[in-house]
Amino acid sequence: MTKQSSLSLETAVYRKTVPAGDYWIHVVKAGQIFRIVDLEGNQAADTLFYNAADPAERYSAVDTIREQRNVYLGVGTRLMSTAGNPMLEIVADTVGRHDTLGGACSTESNTVRYALEKKCMHACRDSYLLAVAEHEEFGLTKRDITHNINFFMNVPVTPEGGLTFADGLSGPGQYVEMRACMDVIVLISNCPQLNNPCNAYDPTPIEVVVWDAAA
Amino acid sequence: MATVSSDLLYQDEIDGGKHWSLTLRRRTILRLIDREGGANVGMLFYNPANLLERYNAPDTLKCQHTFKLTAGHCLYSDMGRVFCSIVEDTAGWHDTVCGNSTKSLVAERWGRRSYQEYRNDWTQNGHDSFLVEAAKYGLGRRDLAANVNWFSKVRTERDGTLAFDPEAGRAGVHVDLRFDMDTLVLFHTCPHPMNPAAEYPRKPVSYELYRGDPAAEDDPCRTSRPENGRGFANNHLYHLCG
Repeated sequence: MTKQSSLSLETAVYRKTVPAGDYWIHVVKAGQIFRIVDLEGNQAADTLFYNAADPAERYSAVDTIREQRNVYLGVGTRLMSTAGNPMLEIVADTVGRHDTLGGACSTESNTVRYALEKKCMHACRDSYLLAVAEHEEFGLTKRDITHNINFFMNVPVTPEGGLTFADGLSGPGQYVEMRACMDVIVLISNCPQLNNPCNAYDPTPIEVVVWDAAA
Repeated sequence: MATVSSDLLYQDEIDGGKHWSLTLRRRTILRLIDREGGANVGMLFYNPANLLERYNAPDTLKCQHTFKLTAGHCLYSDMGRVFCSIVEDTAGWHDTVCGNSTKSLVAERWGRRSYQEYRNDWTQNGHDSFLVEAAKYGLGRRDLAANVNWFSKVRTERDGTLAFDPEAGRAGVHVDLRFDMDTLVLFHTCPHPMNPAAEYPRKPVSYELYRGDPAAEDDPCRTSRPENGRGFANNHLYHLCG
């Protein structure tokens, strides 16, 4: 299911373009609306959320999957925390499907998935690790880099228990929008993956946009 | 597949709704047995030499293009190494995406049975069980990751809807894990969070330890996918340096 947003970019309180391979870390307040735009299409935005008041409470893929009884994320999905609290709710989505099974690429997983000699290729978990190292004010470390969401990515599961990586359903200008239910630290790695079709072997920029609750 | 090649070293039974932990040396085989059918074993894995290295469910699933775990699959750490491999499995499907039961889930579905009232027949939950075992090694809330649920089958429809299969748990089935590196194992026998049973399912599990052989070049877990060959190559490098 897809649903357009009624919000206009003119009323946004924050806009930023995040180049491919960069990270973005930012606090979104309770009630604010947070949008991620796939500027050129087929990009994967690998995203983690933490409770800003207690970062040990964070986005939990398994609790989200189980509580909504579905492996895919879309309009109406409440993104659940490790403590069983809704962190954000997806309120608009022009894509219709987002993945939270596949996790973020790392240099180590690249050696397994593609070839041992890929180990020095830039990967999402490098971006996450640099983000937490450069932003000590949040108190995050490698312990906190957990099972994330891949916005705009399509990872179909079969009834027989297979898992595949399909062409994305996204395209230039498509977006996903969510309302924060608590103050959240958002950590995005804009995926630099060059080895799989999740971003058509061509990592591209995303835009992040925030509106205040009254917008 | 004859995987248990040597004598039984140890055996034990854990009642349903309990928790425990073990540090297993490389080449040990851990056999888990669902005694009565319908058991669930929640499990997490860490490297005892570097507790920041832990089981990574997404890497495990995506590198083997699978949603379920069964024989021939390897369980990966976030560092691209194989903690253990499933060398034998008579159950056929194990879940690693549905997480744990929690205090509130257990109370809502099966009622709250306190320790004061029921002593060891109280109703423990998977999340708190992991917190207790994790704390024994200096680990806490920040260190809990997506766990395995051995013996629990959760399939998906084409639209992604999840369905727990209550008929999947059969008495006497077992799964054999060969440890391919030293591993800290935290586990509990609390119910799967999607188990629809009317009563709190208190299902015992036996476990046995055997000495296993290292994975040969033609080992079915090593050769089941080219990715696993590279995972074992990463283990080889790790042990060269260790």
